[in-house]
Amino acid sequence: MRHLMNPLDFSTEELDDLFRLADDILLHEERYAHRCDGKILATCFYEPSTRTRLSFESAMLKLGGQVLGFASADSSSAAKGESVSDTIRIISCYADICAIRHPKEGAALVAAQKSRIPVINAGDGGHQHPTQTLTDLMTIHALKGQFSDMTIGLCGDLKFGRTVHSLIEALKRYANVHFIFISPEELRIPGYIREDVLERGHIPFEEVRRLEDVMPKLDILYMTRVQRERFFNEEDYVRLKDYYILNREKMALAKQDMMVLHPLPRVNEISVEVDTDPRAKYFEQVQYGVYVRMALILTLLELI
Amino acid sequence: MLNVGKIEEGFVLDHIQAGMSLQLYHDMKLDQLEDITVAIIKNARSNKMRKKDILKVECDIDMLNLDILGFIDHNITVNVIKDGEIVEKKALKLPEKITNVIKCKNPRCITSIEQELPHIFVLTDPEKEIYRCKYCEEQYTGRGLK
Repeated sequence: MRHLMNPLDFSTEELDDLFRLADDILLHEERYAHRCDGKILATCFYEPSTRTRLSFESAMLKLGGQVLGFASADSSSAAKGESVSDTIRIISCYADICAIRHPKEGAALVAAQKSRIPVINAGDGGHQHPTQTLTDLMTIHALKGQFSDMTIGLCGDLKFGRTVHSLIEALKRYANVHFIFISPEELRIPGYIREDVLERGHIPFEEVRRLEDVMPKLDILYMTRVQRERFFNEEDYVRLKDYYILNREKMALAKQDMMVLHPLPRVNEISVEVDTDPRAKYFEQVQYGVYVRMALILTLLELI
Repeated sequence: MLNVGKIEEGFVLDHIQAGMSLQLYHDMKLDQLEDITVAIIKNARSNKMRKKDILKVECDIDMLNLDILGFIDHNITVNVIKDGEIVEKKALKLPEKITNVIKCKNPRCITSIEQELPHIFVLTDPEKEIYRCKYCEEQYTGRGLK
């Protein structure tokens, strides 16, 4: 039995298989409509999330399976003080696979250690969110057809943005990937990513402040939101939240085949006028997220 | 100079940083083992270290987990004693994993709330001697124990 805790749990070869399966599901959705008949996905969400939970539920329903679960800690036995270990033992009796989101880092791993069913980490605090990384990679795979030989700009909150850290770790495994980090000084990429991941792996990267300066070089621009909940000080949040706003003028500087991704939700870091630009792929990204979760569920349930 | 007699079977932990022997005694959980004889020698003269602590532990040589010593200070010399003679000088290395020795200090870590969850740290970078919490991957920063 296998779990997904970290985006690096899958080798690049295994990821290729996963994306090939997602490609096939995308092309022949009807062939997969009953693959999970009789199977149940439990979505155990100890903190609110609209997109991730509904994406998992949509994926399971499209496969013919059923879903049950809870959408906040208040509506679960955690409110009575039950541990994650005990909850997952109970869930193992009700469902065939479980997606868990929890505000505490490492909660999904604790669940996996005690579970009798595959566990998917659907976000554990600021730590990991592997299915977002799979979604990002799937979108790049589907729209660019490759991961190597790319210049990837990551813009915004690079300090607290877990999706950014996971994406860097996943993409550094491919050849000739060049990173450009665009952030204010306060939200720079953490030192351990710079030193342990990039410098040690001899991965080329540069850090800049102005988005305009690097737009022409980029094959992919990954925008992120400055998250209010990561700041202790409202003043700092207000000062930094509008530091980068992607608009039509900046898009005019980019290559014709560049693409813009965003893990969503967007606040105002991408102007809505960019939405109609054919290079804006963040809503398609959401769709790819469902297909890659379908492929993941089938893989972990060994139904392929 | 104070003399402490020879031991027949057990360990002599030499070159302990002066003043650290009592902490080591607790960290090795020697206080929880019954029927063992322990001599703690503090501030012994040392050519190499000027002064040092020494622990002499008389016990079955399979009784102690020496992994923890490597984590605390790999400069400690471990002499294994059998029949009153030194039969082995063990080289200490950093353990791959340490359990319930240090606590994760990340307040966002699941270990802060989950009932009786062991605090496990994993050696992620032997070169830089970096340990990370198994659950949240927070780096353990302080040498010395909780």
